[in-house]
Amino acid sequence: MTTHYLVLSALLFAIGGVGVLVRRNAIVVFMCVELMLNACNLAFVTFARQHGNLEGQIIAFFVMIVAAAEVVVGLAIIVTIFRTRRSASVDDANLLKY
Amino acid sequence: MEPAEIVQHSGGVIGVSWLTIVLPLLGAAILLLGGRRSDRWGHFLGVAMSLASFVVAALVFFELLGLGADQRRRLVQLYEFLPAGTVDVKLGLLLDPLSISFALLITGVGSLIHIYSIGYMAHDPDRRRFFAYLNLFVAAMLLLVLSDNYLGLYIGWEGVGLASYLLIGFWQHKPSAAAAAKKAFVVNRVGDMGLALGIFVIFTTFGTLSFGPIFSHASQASQGTLTLIGLALLVGACGKSAQLPLQSWLLDAMEGPTPVSALIHAATMVTAGVYLVVRSGAIFEGAPTAQLVVTIVGVATLLAGAIIGTAKDDIKKALAGSTMSQIGYMMLAAGLGPVGYAFAIAHLIAHGFFKASMFLGAGSVMHAMNDEVDMRKYGGLASVMKITWITFGLGYLAIIGFPLLSGYWTKDGIIETAMEHNAILGWLAVAGAGITGFYMSRVFFMTFHGERRWDKDAHPHESPAVMTWPLIILSIGSVFGGAFLIAGNRFMEFLAPAVGRPEEMPSFQPFSLTGLVTLALVAVGVVYAWLKYGRSAVPAVAPRGSFLTVFARRDLYGDALNEALFMRPGQWLTRLAVFFDNRGVDGLVNGLAALIGGTSGRLRRVQTGFVRSYALSIFFGAALLVGAWFVVGNL
Repeated sequence: MTTHYLVLSALLFAIGGVGVLVRRNAIVVFMCVELMLNACNLAFVTFARQHGNLEGQIIAFFVMIVAAAEVVVGLAIIVTIFRTRRSASVDDANLLKY
Repeated sequence: MEPAEIVQHSGGVIGVSWLTIVLPLLGAAILLLGGRRSDRWGHFLGVAMSLASFVVAALVFFELLGLGADQRRRLVQLYEFLPAGTVDVKLGLLLDPLSISFALLITGVGSLIHIYSIGYMAHDPDRRRFFAYLNLFVAAMLLLVLSDNYLGLYIGWEGVGLASYLLIGFWQHKPSAAAAAKKAFVVNRVGDMGLALGIFVIFTTFGTLSFGPIFSHASQASQGTLTLIGLALLVGACGKSAQLPLQSWLLDAMEGPTPVSALIHAATMVTAGVYLVVRSGAIFEGAPTAQLVVTIVGVATLLAGAIIGTAKDDIKKALAGSTMSQIGYMMLAAGLGPVGYAFAIAHLIAHGFFKASMFLGAGSVMHAMNDEVDMRKYGGLASVMKITWITFGLGYLAIIGFPLLSGYWTKDGIIETAMEHNAILGWLAVAGAGITGFYMSRVFFMTFHGERRWDKDAHPHESPAVMTWPLIILSIGSVFGGAFLIAGNRFMEFLAPAVGRPEEMPSFQPFSLTGLVTLALVAVGVVYAWLKYGRSAVPAVAPRGSFLTVFARRDLYGDALNEALFMRPGQWLTRLAVFFDNRGVDGLVNGLAALIGGTSGRLRRVQTGFVRSYALSIFFGAALLVGAWFVVGNL
């Protein structure tokens, strides 16, 4: 049973990672990041069930809280950038460089 | 006999003897901080402070006289200067016959020169600053001679060096004056280094810097240590007193205003070296080698100074050569041990009077001749400047040792003591006296006699009373001072509690054989000078002269020697150091900085600003870590 959950988790993580790497739309990249976080959460919970203790569950809660905070800040940034530059493409926001 | 014991003192005038130092110091502070507001009355304040200091010193002197002879070494504790662990320096004043003699000379002659300066500097816009420096000098010099320990002496020593530097360079708009001040400062530093080293060795040997314990324990130290201390102190004395080989600065120091030359570079500061040697007598007496070196330095300088004096056309430089020479006599006497100390100090005091009188006389002449210093443009001034002529003449007679005038008593005393000690030294000193007779007569005849060789616009006139009165008082001192001090061994008896009583009191016999030989030589010198510069015409431009004349005129090639031995190699050394610094040290540091700067300039191109490329590098990094983990984990 555990293996299935872990494979699913790895799959979700890989999908998220590829999304972050290849997509230009900031919102989509953002969603992919969330997907990677939740893939990790799934792995934590899986291991927690397998070992019969609560540590993994608790860490999953922490990850959710951090993710929620990140969503608040990240979405605010994305919306602001969109308002000023009329674009949500991560490649357009490349002013912070050498 | 050993010197008398030093007794703690409180109360009376001696208890407030620190006023002698504080008053002129206060004057200097007020004049320097007061700014232009004090321009109108500044010189009066300076004179008043110096006179007040003299009055205190005189009162202290009389209070000392009131005590028994073996009670005349009083220590006035002021405060703890450096209470730090094993170093415990208490600042105090030692009032004994030696220090009070100096204090009287410094404040007495100093006050007269202060008064003279009112007239001499009347047209100088910076007269207030001049008086501030003079006051500063008096304070520092008094600290030097009154301090009861080597640290206080050293502070005073540096203080007079500073005042000397400031006053030589007083007209610093003249490049020659600025250079002369710098030269005096640098040469004095060399001497000061010797003094500092001597004080360090004294401290490591005796564990204290106070005169009392050092001198009472001096006999317990090894002779080698005492010789080392003695030679180090001698280097200091040579620097301050312009003795060979550190003599080069004194002739250039004549760039300063003439009252400065009279006060600092003739009467007082340059005699500090003699004071140091006499004060440290207990150390030198345990080190015969050091004493011998002192006498050799003294004789060499007295001859060198006299020879330089014969060839100078600048009246002040001729007098400066004479100063060197006379201090050479004092050094010679100081190196002879207790028998010579009294003569050294007596000659120092007598010299303070007649040399100050002649320098101020020279200043009076310069004042009259539009600041001309070339004696070839003087001549025949006797008839227009009667008072200056007489006072200068008395000083001149005193220095050549005319019978019964000051120099006769003190200088012949030195020559005879030297003759008893070592015939070679004695005869060299006699020869020096003969040369003195020649060069001083040359100065006197070229200035006051012969035909008038004045510039067309020169209208010589006698100086104002404020300048002539100090001259008159000083010349009285230069006539009677020597007889007063030496006749009946008065000064030897007075000094004995401070410097120790020699086993046999030297009794000065007028007209002994040596004295007559000396007088004959002096007479030859005078007559030769009269024939050459009094009777026959003096050319307006100096003739080229023989090799020897050029040798003397160029200060015995002292400057050339210093330049070849120290200045040029020093410059090479600095150039080498600068090269090493620029290419070596800077090269390394700058190269490293350039390397880091260049590398980071290339590396920052990685920062593209594209978020996805960052994400890609994170991905590769993570992949690398995971891959490494697999490899390592499988080992």
